[in-house]
Amino acid sequence: MKRLAPFLLGWLMLLFSNLASAELTIEITKGSDEAIPIAVVPFAGQQLPEDIAQIVSDDLKRSGQFDPLSRSTLIASPTASDEVRYRDWRAVDSNYLVVGQVSQTEQGYRIQFELMDIYGERRMLGEAVNVSANQLRSGAHYISDKVYEAITGVRGAFSTRIAYVTAQGAIDNRRFALNVADADGRNSQQILTSREPIMSPAWSPDGNKLAYVSFESGNSAIYIQNLATSQRVQVTAFSGINSAPAWSPDGRKLAMSLSKDGQPEIYVMDIGSRSFQRLTRNEAIDTEPSWAPDGNSLVFTSDRSGGPQLYSYSLGSGESQRLTFTGNYNSRGRYSPDGETLFMIHRGNKGFSVAKQDLSNDRLTILSDSQWAESPSVAPNGSMVIFATQQGNSGVLSVVSADGNASYRLPSAEGDVREPAWSPFLN
Amino acid sequence: MKFKSYAKSLAVAASLAVMAGCASTGGTEDGSMDGTTSGGQGQSGVTTGQGVTTGQPSGSQVGAGQRAAIPDVRTIYFDYDKDTIRPEFESVLNEHAEYLRNNPNVQVVLQGYADERGTREYNLGLGERRAQSVERYLSVQGVSSSQIDVVSYGEERPAVEGHSEQAYAKNRRVVIAY
Repeated sequence: MKRLAPFLLGWLMLLFSNLASAELTIEITKGSDEAIPIAVVPFAGQQLPEDIAQIVSDDLKRSGQFDPLSRSTLIASPTASDEVRYRDWRAVDSNYLVVGQVSQTEQGYRIQFELMDIYGERRMLGEAVNVSANQLRSGAHYISDKVYEAITGVRGAFSTRIAYVTAQGAIDNRRFALNVADADGRNSQQILTSREPIMSPAWSPDGNKLAYVSFESGNSAIYIQNLATSQRVQVTAFSGINSAPAWSPDGRKLAMSLSKDGQPEIYVMDIGSRSFQRLTRNEAIDTEPSWAPDGNSLVFTSDRSGGPQLYSYSLGSGESQRLTFTGNYNSRGRYSPDGETLFMIHRGNKGFSVAKQDLSNDRLTILSDSQWAESPSVAPNGSMVIFATQQGNSGVLSVVSADGNASYRLPSAEGDVREPAWSPFLN
Repeated sequence: MKFKSYAKSLAVAASLAVMAGCASTGGTEDGSMDGTTSGGQGQSGVTTGQGVTTGQPSGSQVGAGQRAAIPDVRTIYFDYDKDTIRPEFESVLNEHAEYLRNNPNVQVVLQGYADERGTREYNLGLGERRAQSVERYLSVQGVSSSQIDVVSYGEERPAVEGHSEQAYAKNRRVVIAY
């Protein structure tokens, strides 16, 4: 039996005023041919405010790696493994089957679930989760994580969150907000609102804090905000640009771009001592730093060659090395969690798209067919990349799988949505 | 993106200039201050530029009698990927330079902007280059660097929405905010 980590409780107990929060929806834009068929049978139990099986099914479908059977094609309604007749599910070409049941407890609910391998005729998983009354969705995402990992061997990232910026209102009367929502766009909460632009949210590695840029003082300045307490501190407010904060993997340092010396340069700030180390020194724009997973180097954007390209700065040698050579615009690099792939914004014939470069052979692959992609952020399991793009005249968030085979959008009913940042694993 | 190297000569000036630290209250771009021009001198209601600079009561430095009106045109535009001052805007900047020279107590914030193409953080850098280009021009015209502050908004505050070339052209700009 498992109990969901305390952080989930923490999130749900936050009483944010949900004023005009831009709720996001999901719109699958591209499915993969290689998606694995799986059946998720509605869970047994009394009337629940959330449909657990539907949430699990939607999670798995969004990943692009699964093709859940529609409800109407489910040929039986088992709720436990001993009720499953494997040949029934072979008949509808389902490779896997998820069943479960929910019962009420004093504190909330107990969700039991099991995963079956249809062709292997075996039970792969069987577990029970206790959740409080308002945690049913979190419980469902937990099941999705376990099912995903059992089948793919990769940790699921359905229990993660995304931070993003919204801009609403007429162009001369904008309201900006920094929001945090579940990875499926639900449970959005505003954590900061302003009349001035907000940019570049970045999660601390423990998932407890966001660093971001706000113009509320009349210039860009970098802030760190604790999500549970809403307490925040301004960490830089130099003259010129204060931009692009990025946490080191150990959470003790913040890389950033500061133009206090005349043009944007990469700095690393020690968060505890507030001491700064300047990394770059030239007349170009150096910005958009991001740490390699091992913490030994950073990737950043520089136009020292004439246009923006990605460079790696080694903290050991103090040397910068150019990484990208395909095309004349590559920016905002982000490493995959294993450090073997670099995701970025690449300008090609059709405009700006998300691309990835395999660092073993430096081959560049375009992942998104969008024209206006910006702000890519990689899921903590490396399976997906969320980014901002345009739909009509509105900014929307979009997600593409790391192999480019599947994608979906997270449109909002109103206003611009942009600058997504995918949280680390939270449990 | 290839407009590098202007930054060089700016580096020193920029870092000095910004120390004044007069925070713009934002949203000061257009309109609202144009009342000055119609009224000319003498009327004390001319809050004009002062409203922008924090902590400076309106009319505090009008006494010199020096002050002509703040020039009407306060936005100049740039070519794609460029931070060079287009010739047609030199006269605009010359008027501002003259005004600022004649009113050495007046502070100005040069707000630099980019169009939406490309990544946001990089575009902050592009907006700053444009504002610094204007700063350098004004300095050459004799404006004290202590009167000038530079703030880049990159693509964060477009003047016009849309993905057309016309919209982009209106968004690649520097606003001279008093």
